[in-house]
Amino acid sequence: MTTSTSLIYLIALPLAGAAILLLGGRRTNKWGHLLGTAMSASSFGVGLYQLMLMLDRPTEQRPITQKLFEWIHVGDFQVDAGLLLDQLSICFVLLITGVGTLIHIYSISYMSEDKDRRRFFAYLNLFIAAMLLLVLGDSYLSLYVGWEGVGLASYLLIGFWNQKPAYATASKKAFVMNRVGDMGLSFAIMIAFATMGTVSFVGVQEQVNNTSEAALTAMGIMLLVAAAGKSAQFPLQAWLGDAMAGPTPVSALIHAATMVTAGVYLITRSNFVFDAAPTAQLVVVIVGAITLMFGAVIGTAKDDIKKALAASTMSQIGYMTLAAGLGPVGYAFAIMHLLTHGFFKAGMFLGAGSVMHGMNDEVNMRKYGALRKFMPITFVTFGLGYLAILGVPPFAGFYSKDLIIETAFDAGGAKGIILGITTLIGASITAFYMTRVMILTFTGTKRWDDDAHPHESPWLMWLPMAILAIGSVSSGYLLSRGDALENWLHPLFNHSDEYQKHLIEPIVVSAMALTMVSIGVAIAYFKYARREVPSVAPEDVSIFTKVARQDLMQDRFNEAVFMRPGQALTTTLVAADEAVVDGAVRGVGQVAMGSGSALRGLQNGYVRSYAAMILVGAIALIGAIWVVVQ
Amino acid sequence: MLLPLAGAAIISALPKGNEKAAKQAALGTTLVVMAATIAMAVGFQRDNVELQFVEKYEWIPSFGINFSLGVDAIALVLILMSTILAPIVVLAGWDEAHGGRWSVKTFYILILVLETMMIGVFAATDLFLFYVIFEAMLIPVYFLIGGYGTGERAAAAVKFLLYSLFGGLMMLASIIALYVMSGDQGGHTFDIDKLSQLQMSSTTQNLLFLGFFIAFAIKAPLWPFHTWLPDAAKSATPGTSVLLLGVLDKVGTFGMIRYCLTLFPEASKTFTPLIMVLAVISILYGAFLAIGAKDIKRLIAYTSISHFGFITLGIFAMTSQAQSGAILYMFNHGFSTAALFVVAGWMIARRGSSTIADFGGLQRVTPIMAWSFFIAGLSSLALPGLSSFVSEFLVLVGTFTRYPVHAIIATFGIVLAALYILIPVQKALHGPTTPGNENLKDLNLREKLVIAPVIAIIVVLGFYPSPLLNVINPAAKHVVSQMGFTDPAPTNGGK
Amino acid sequence: MDASNYLYISALLFTIGAVGVVVRRNAIVVFMCIELMLNAANLSFVTFSRINGNLDGQVMAFFTMVVAACEVVVGLAIIVTIYRSRRSASVDDASLLKR
Repeated sequence: MTTSTSLIYLIALPLAGAAILLLGGRRTNKWGHLLGTAMSASSFGVGLYQLMLMLDRPTEQRPITQKLFEWIHVGDFQVDAGLLLDQLSICFVLLITGVGTLIHIYSISYMSEDKDRRRFFAYLNLFIAAMLLLVLGDSYLSLYVGWEGVGLASYLLIGFWNQKPAYATASKKAFVMNRVGDMGLSFAIMIAFATMGTVSFVGVQEQVNNTSEAALTAMGIMLLVAAAGKSAQFPLQAWLGDAMAGPTPVSALIHAATMVTAGVYLITRSNFVFDAAPTAQLVVVIVGAITLMFGAVIGTAKDDIKKALAASTMSQIGYMTLAAGLGPVGYAFAIMHLLTHGFFKAGMFLGAGSVMHGMNDEVNMRKYGALRKFMPITFVTFGLGYLAILGVPPFAGFYSKDLIIETAFDAGGAKGIILGITTLIGASITAFYMTRVMILTFTGTKRWDDDAHPHESPWLMWLPMAILAIGSVSSGYLLSRGDALENWLHPLFNHSDEYQKHLIEPIVVSAMALTMVSIGVAIAYFKYARREVPSVAPEDVSIFTKVARQDLMQDRFNEAVFMRPGQALTTTLVAADEAVVDGAVRGVGQVAMGSGSALRGLQNGYVRSYAAMILVGAIALIGAIWVVVQ
Repeated sequence: MLLPLAGAAIISALPKGNEKAAKQAALGTTLVVMAATIAMAVGFQRDNVELQFVEKYEWIPSFGINFSLGVDAIALVLILMSTILAPIVVLAGWDEAHGGRWSVKTFYILILVLETMMIGVFAATDLFLFYVIFEAMLIPVYFLIGGYGTGERAAAAVKFLLYSLFGGLMMLASIIALYVMSGDQGGHTFDIDKLSQLQMSSTTQNLLFLGFFIAFAIKAPLWPFHTWLPDAAKSATPGTSVLLLGVLDKVGTFGMIRYCLTLFPEASKTFTPLIMVLAVISILYGAFLAIGAKDIKRLIAYTSISHFGFITLGIFAMTSQAQSGAILYMFNHGFSTAALFVVAGWMIARRGSSTIADFGGLQRVTPIMAWSFFIAGLSSLALPGLSSFVSEFLVLVGTFTRYPVHAIIATFGIVLAALYILIPVQKALHGPTTPGNENLKDLNLREKLVIAPVIAIIVVLGFYPSPLLNVINPAAKHVVSQMGFTDPAPTNGGK
Repeated sequence: MDASNYLYISALLFTIGAVGVVVRRNAIVVFMCIELMLNAANLSFVTFSRINGNLDGQVMAFFTMVVAACEVVVGLAIIVTIYRSRRSASVDDASLLKR
């Protein structure tokens, strides 16, 4: 592989930005946001430059590496800090830096009244640097550094307004659940080293054929656990809704376009492991399918616009995970959906931020209504994203989602049918809740609070939204025209067992998908557009709605199974430490003191008792010697 | 070794009321010692596993006792850590010694004497000398805790002293036994090299091993011998606690490597399963108790119990990664605990309370202090990119290749670590500013001067541990191969 | 004359003296019992000397008598002093050395 010396700039620029803004402190307040945006943009520039170089090169020479320094060398455990840029990582690099820069621009205006704006940009830069390290690392261990780095950045950003205790708790929850996933990644690295003696991607890929399926399955499942933690997949999904406590640009960047997609990146990057462990792949697919439905169901009952979008993200990443679990055919489509989702979801989140900005930071959709007249640009950009996520042709989602549904059916047999139907039903529910969001927010009658005066957002905010909307419209078409993305990623995956023919013709799949979507739209229309929408959430709803409002009891479950027993265990151990362990130590002291007190009684001052004791002692001694001599 | 003693002598010669001169003299001495150690470290040959910088003086010839010193890589690393920590402790605790039972002068004399002994205990190669210094170290610490601490300091000091003496007693019994046996097999000696060649029956070896091991387990501290530490750490001044946790406890784990493994290899192997279980229990138990701790100094003490569980795990896993990881962990932990205690000390000094619930919203009021605490906390939870990640991960990876189940259970510790750091961070730094905290001052220049190098070391070593690892690796490998173990080869999962 | 009879007498005398030391309250009487024990020991020394046919036992008896004499001097001096300050010769009353 060819080596490069400039890859490091991708990471170094935003990292320098973060360092300058954090260490410089208040002195950098005036121009901090500009520096942050500039760093992100220049990183994007380097990425573009690398893409052009890569396009020029023949396919085999496309991946390039850069070794930074010797990191950890102990015995057989030899890990260097190095970077790898290949066709897969360049997609992510451009997504991260591109969408990232747009969000930086948006934040200049969105956060303009916050006095901690500079710190916000520092954290954003830190996040970009960490995420880039994640996708550019050339070994699982380097990835892990970036992995935890984005966890840290997410913690700092979710808890940005940590004067409010609820927000601080949300960031803590996110970090801890992420850490559970990180355990999975640690285990995967340990398994890799123990069985293959290496943790670099190239090394593992070479060794896969020599390793037993059991070990690979274990590693695959551990990688899935890690991915589930980072990407909010079942069963580690409970943190994503609470993560909406952070400022909206954070939700757009981290929880729509990038960090939550890190799990999909991990699975795709480890394709060689999963391809050799079909059981692990099956688990991936199952997790993806469950999350898909889970997120969709939750999304139908949320009145908070950000939480509804968060549930939608959870569901869409479920689609990506499902696709990634389908093997070599699915990887490219997972990535395609990831990229298109990055555009439309980030766009919709920024739109939600725009709506909130105009509505005094109100998030309850029941207090919106008829906003399209007052915020036309937001309405249009949001609407384009809406059409994209529905999968209406020719918008982006149509291409990526339909390909996933197709591939699901193509998996063949019962598995294919079940997965295909799941994805179709998911598409329908997606249509339902997204239409609900659109109707509640932009159409219908005004249900605002008295002090609301909605207005369109400044150009610094709607320009990025517009750019993302253009992406929502065109990216699907561009990526699939002539199988562009598929061919681009083709050399990375092992295509030995590709499906040769389609189970159901693509056109039939698209028709079915569109039908399901229309059903969802129709139901939402009749439910919300035709009737009055109450401003306060009605109480007498079906049990399904109640359960969905409670996030399908995810928090109750986590609390009952993990938190309460954990707290009980902690309290018990603290008490036990005091009473039992320390008690044993103090007990020794007590015994010593007690026997001392008892023995003290002998010193009573009476000469005669002393004399008696001497007598008795002497007799005993003589008797003993007598016995011994015998 | 003589330098700190000289410093102590100078201070004792100073007039009593002149506190500032005492502090400056102490600072000067510790800096000089640090420079000398760094010079020595630079001159150290990496691949030579034998002892270097050896000095030997006859002490009590009739018993074959020599005042002999020498360092190998492990000892050198720990001495380096101690001498770097000493000036930091002196500088950080500039105002700590006031209000104690004795004078400020005495405080610094005690610290310098302690430093002398810290160096001695790592460098001793004669068993008798080691024992003498091991026990003698308890005296300045007893006075430091009992005279200058807070709260229940007298009781804590006594508990600490008695607990450690008990362990020392067990070790003394073993030492005497060794001495007697060496007399039978070729001349009485206390020299470690010669003692490791002794032949003995396995029961004897087991018993002697236990004698040493219990003493070191108490010092380390390993569950269930840990209960002296939280009380001692809570009652001592932060600077003393740094030295207590950062250096003295390392004597315990260092002793495990240098004495238990070298002198009793067979017994070590016999007891390894039990010790590994105790280590894992330490990791989890310490973590749970840290989560439930209400006092900030106790919390840090409990996290140390957890960390030391990791170190012990690494020592007895018998692979070169785990061993190197454990030694590196000892070095890193010294600094990460120092950072935590030093910042906590400043927080306590300002607020006048060490209960976590009394703080709140410090991020708004004192951002630099809050950030220092946060970074120190991140180091304790082993965030990748910081030094403790490298050591913790090496221990886990090394343990996994031989004892996967233990490694898996130990890895749960990282989730618990996130909890025990983020919960106090949230209570103390985030949230609305609780009453009583609004006017706290942020770090002054001296305090910034102290914390910046510590944080720098933590960050730099996270990315570039190679200089240290290159020194540690040959020694670690030597220890492991001396025990007759080699690293497990990649198993390919049994294919 | 059977020499062992003397040993029995000696033992008997010793026991009477020992019991007397423990039981009697008056310090002078305690001293007399101590003297009784010492002389019983003397008697047994002399008896053994006779049994074994050499003079070692009788020489020991001399030593014992010297020791007894010194001890009586010191002891009686102490008793008289205590009696003068406390007006009592009872052993039980001198119990200040208790806890």
